[in-house]
Amino acid sequence: MEIMSLINALPGAAAQGLIWGIMAIGVYLTYRILDIADLTVDGSMCTGGAVCIMMMLAGNNVWVSMAAALASGMAAGLVTGLFHTFMGIPAILSGILTQLGLWSVNLKIMGKANQAINVDKFPLLVSLRFIKNVPFFKNTILIVALLTVILIAVLYWFFGTELGCSLRATGCNDKMARAQGINTDFGRVLGLMISNGLVAFSGALLTQYQGFADINMGRGAIVIGLAAVIIGEAVFGKVFRNFGFKLLAVSFGSIIYYLVLQVVIWRGIDTDLLKLLSALVVAVFLAIPVWQERYFTGVGKKNGAGKNAQRKGGNS
Amino acid sequence: MLEVKCISKTFNAGTVNEKQALKGLSLTLNDGDFVTVIGGNGAGKSTLLNAIAGTWKVDEGQIVIDGVDVTKYPEHKRAAFLGRVFQDPMNGTAATMGIEENLALALRRGDKRTLRKGIAAAERRLYRDMLAKLGLGLENRLTSKVGLLSGGQRQALTLLMATLKKPKLLLLDEHTAALDPKTAAKVLETTENIVNQDHLTTLMITHNMKDAIHIGNRLIMMNNGQIIFDVSGEEKKKLKVEDLLRKFAEASGEEFANDRMLLAN
Repeated sequence: MEIMSLINALPGAAAQGLIWGIMAIGVYLTYRILDIADLTVDGSMCTGGAVCIMMMLAGNNVWVSMAAALASGMAAGLVTGLFHTFMGIPAILSGILTQLGLWSVNLKIMGKANQAINVDKFPLLVSLRFIKNVPFFKNTILIVALLTVILIAVLYWFFGTELGCSLRATGCNDKMARAQGINTDFGRVLGLMISNGLVAFSGALLTQYQGFADINMGRGAIVIGLAAVIIGEAVFGKVFRNFGFKLLAVSFGSIIYYLVLQVVIWRGIDTDLLKLLSALVVAVFLAIPVWQERYFTGVGKKNGAGKNAQRKGGNS
Repeated sequence: MLEVKCISKTFNAGTVNEKQALKGLSLTLNDGDFVTVIGGNGAGKSTLLNAIAGTWKVDEGQIVIDGVDVTKYPEHKRAAFLGRVFQDPMNGTAATMGIEENLALALRRGDKRTLRKGIAAAERRLYRDMLAKLGLGLENRLTSKVGLLSGGQRQALTLLMATLKKPKLLLLDEHTAALDPKTAAKVLETTENIVNQDHLTTLMITHNMKDAIHIGNRLIMMNNGQIIFDVSGEEKKKLKVEDLLRKFAEASGEEFANDRMLLAN
């Protein structure tokens, strides 16, 4: 209950929030842009971590290892995308199937359920040891913040290109997209690949940060990702209109999530209950726009109905 | 320009809901034909347009557009030849994207989507000019989200998108049906202007018999998955709504039992 213990824990929480923020940006791409709730992420998070740690333990360069992690996540996204488009399985079920399959894949990559890496023996890019008392250029928070900014810049550029625009159209109104000659199946697969690539990259960072990869490390990742998206939109939605800033808001949302989590832990809550709490909070926040429309709109009721019609129109 | 050869389509085959929507239908459009399509509910009008657009594959038959056999082409590949406007104004545009972004998507129909910029700076002037011609004041709102526009504005924009890159064939599926009469008239006028100006080969479904007679150079009536009446030129110009109703009764052996169509007179 010591206030200093909380303050001491905050930088670590911020670093974790930043790392998970990259994962949450991946969730944002599928959930908000492609209009798919992609559950692959619960598995691909660990895949990224597993690939990164095994590559590093085998003596590979940290950047090569992280690139491999990114590629492994994209492969996972490709599988989900093919389940969904080529095999016609509903998106949410496609993600669940890949996620389940990845459990075995992750175990096979690591050889066992948990693999540790020693920060003193391997040149890790980030670590919970690099939060305080390190030269600033080695500071994990700075490094992850920089990576986040670079990733956002790349995504901002990409979604402004012809290809990126066609992805956005696919998520917004796939009937219109096809009528304009856009291959919506290809768009969905590509979107899922980019998203899961980011998630696995985040997993690679998290593994280095905590010094180990664990078969359970991605469990509930989708909920954390959604929480970050929702918090980011709730807090910064009115200020950040530009696409790049919207992605930044997701990263901020993730940081806020971890800071709040730290406070809750500091208040002495039973940590076994944290996942239940997260799930409930996300459920309530997902319900708020629906409730607003159903119970609290007087004059604006027509707008609400219109919004619904738009969604349906887009999916029919 | 368009050759539809003996196409058939059955929905829900083998179930109690089995419906043979198209029965060996053939249709040939000449270059520059503006054809209005009428018929009762379930006559197969929209099914015909969807068959041409490739929403699904036909069971039998062949579809040739501008000399290219597109029967096996998926929907997005056929889009290179087609401009489409749907009945529901929500369907033709991407609501969360800007007006110029929607137009830019349409300008690239049939092209490969690359990593070039989604909208080149030079395009904006073209968009502004084209929007100004619509007379809806959209030319100064290039970056506004399309979701903010009214149904009529969205439909006019969709029409522009469908014809921005000149299509081999323009498919209009009751594109004014969801609009109020005044807006519908305006969108219809715009349609005629664009079609005449670019000499577009057009198939337009309508439930308004007067429009069907007055607009275009050819009229086809559908019933039960087949074309039961096909008239063009002078003969079409002399048609009256009563003639169409009689023709329908003759051909189908039943009254033209479609309230919406009668009311629309």
